[in-house]
Amino acid sequence: MRNLYFLLTKELRSYINSPVALVVITIFTIITGYYFYNIFANFSTLSFQAQSNPMAAKQYGALNVTEFVVRPFFSIVGLVMLIMLPMLTMRSFAEEKKSGTMELLLTYPLTDAEAIIGKFLGCMGIFVVMLTLTFPCLALVGYFGQPEWGVIGAGYVGLLLMGSAFISLGIFMSSLTENQIIAAALSFASLIILYMSGLSAAFAGENVGKVLEYISIINHLETFAKGVIDTSDVNYYILFTALFLFLSMRSLESKRWRG
Amino acid sequence: MIEVERLTKTYGDARGIDDITFSVGKGEILGFLGPNGAGKTTTMRILTCFMSASSGSAKVAGYDIFEDSLKVRSKIGYLPETVPLYTDMQVPVYLKFVAGLKDVPWKKINHKVAEVMEQVGLTHMAHKFIGELSKGYRQRVGLAQALVNDPEVLILDEPTIGLDPKQIVEIRSLIKGLGGGRTIMLSSHILPEVSMLCERVIIIDEGKIKAMDTPDNLMSRLHAAGRVQARIDGPKEKVLKALREIGGAKKVDVVSDSGATSMYVVEFADGKAGAHLIPRAVTSGGWDLHELTPMRLSLEDIFIRIVTEEEIKQ
Ligand SMILES: Nc1ncnc2c1ncn2[C@@H]1O[C@H](COP(=O)(O)OP(=O)(O)OP(=O)(O)O)[C@@H](O)[C@H]1O
Ligand SMILES: [Mg+2]
Repeated sequence: MRNLYFLLTKELRSYINSPVALVVITIFTIITGYYFYNIFANFSTLSFQAQSNPMAAKQYGALNVTEFVVRPFFSIVGLVMLIMLPMLTMRSFAEEKKSGTMELLLTYPLTDAEAIIGKFLGCMGIFVVMLTLTFPCLALVGYFGQPEWGVIGAGYVGLLLMGSAFISLGIFMSSLTENQIIAAALSFASLIILYMSGLSAAFAGENVGKVLEYISIINHLETFAKGVIDTSDVNYYILFTALFLFLSMRSLESKRWRG
Repeated sequence: MIEVERLTKTYGDARGIDDITFSVGKGEILGFLGPNGAGKTTTMRILTCFMSASSGSAKVAGYDIFEDSLKVRSKIGYLPETVPLYTDMQVPVYLKFVAGLKDVPWKKINHKVAEVMEQVGLTHMAHKFIGELSKGYRQRVGLAQALVNDPEVLILDEPTIGLDPKQIVEIRSLIKGLGGGRTIMLSSHILPEVSMLCERVIIIDEGKIKAMDTPDNLMSRLHAAGRVQARIDGPKEKVLKALREIGGAKKVDVVSDSGATSMYVVEFADGKAGAHLIPRAVTSGGWDLHELTPMRLSLEDIFIRIVTEEEIKQ
């Protein structure tokens, strides 16, 4: 615990001192904010039309702010995370290896697990800041309409869990190389493949299809965005996170053996 | 304090170190001497638990480096060759981070950090980021992080490399002051440094230990096969010829010429002491002998001899 405290404060401090976190947070907030502006403006237009033209209202069905704004917003936040989080995690171990500080870090009395969890929590800290900055958008929805707060709450839980999965994978990739670009590229590629595996489920055989659908990293977010916290989805993200943190441990261990 | 037994490390197919055995007693300062690629860093990285060995075993501060690696790591201070530091941290912030990880009690962290900063002469750099420091000061930060947990064993990998002569002197005297009950192992390829700082020297080359002794003993071991310096007044060619004819003389050179007298160095073959033959050779030629001094081999000579695998006669 003590070691984690020191590792975490060091991680957060170095994120704050470097421009990386600032750039990632800013870009993330701008992209999600811009998307929100578009869907929200679109929604207001539709609502306005529906009000003045009952025929059109029939066409759209009940105009529901959760359906039209909140859910699409969550899926886009998920997508932007997929792009931005690898940029946050790429430096975690790669930078320490490149600059040689890993040599000192690993000769201090801390376990490999602590070193990894320290990195993980550091990234999670920045990620929580990113998520918090999306909340004003939803607060705006709450100000003008009546969104289902349960759905919003569940959506955030889902995003947090999905983010932890992305981050653990990114940290693992970063533990494989001392090149930050390679670490980012590897995380990016694997996340996109995991993202798309749900697409091939449609034409794969029934059993394979199920597996692919289960693996698909973003599918599990959809239930959350419906306001449902399903244990199987929670388990998926927790297992995913644990698996990659474990693999990172093995990666550090094998580095010790290879020298 | 450090016991190393048959330690071997291979990098894939490449050799790192090969079957190394030695021990360092409590409070001893051991010099680890060897040319580039000898395996100094490899040995130190294994002893500090950064890397695992391929085979063999080692104990540091009484704990096995494989089984009790965390215990070992809390008892040592390590200064790696490249002095890797977090350049984006301020000196005291960095040292507090290290003290925290190295199990310094919470309440003592601030005090301990101030103390080591004072000890290595960093106090006036407290507001600086490590990235802004010069090489000499980074070296001090490196030493400070090694010292912050009051380690029983200090492992310093080439602590003076890349420093200017003034800094070298300062860092050396700093290291000398660190002894006092603390076991220190330091590597170097600068020989006077090792003879100045260390009580015992291990010479390592191509992954193997070539010699292990006190600096003095190493020098006297080679003394028998020594060289003699003689200042002789006489015609150079003839003197050279006469000296070369002395039994056992292997090599004769003129090292300096000052008018009438010249300085000659006569090197005798291993085990043959022939200095007493020089006066006779000189007087029988009708010249004058002004000076006759036995020359001790410098540590450099010993080092070169050992690593070029010339045999050392006991
Ligand atoms: N990470 C590594 N991978 C492969 N080979 C390595 C690695 N590190 C060291 N070696 C090899 O192991 C041998 C010993 O290297 P080591 O770094 O221990 O030497 P050294 O005595 O510290 O040399 P120097 O004085 O240059 O620092 C060398 O032949 C080197 O090429
Ligand atoms: Mg070295």
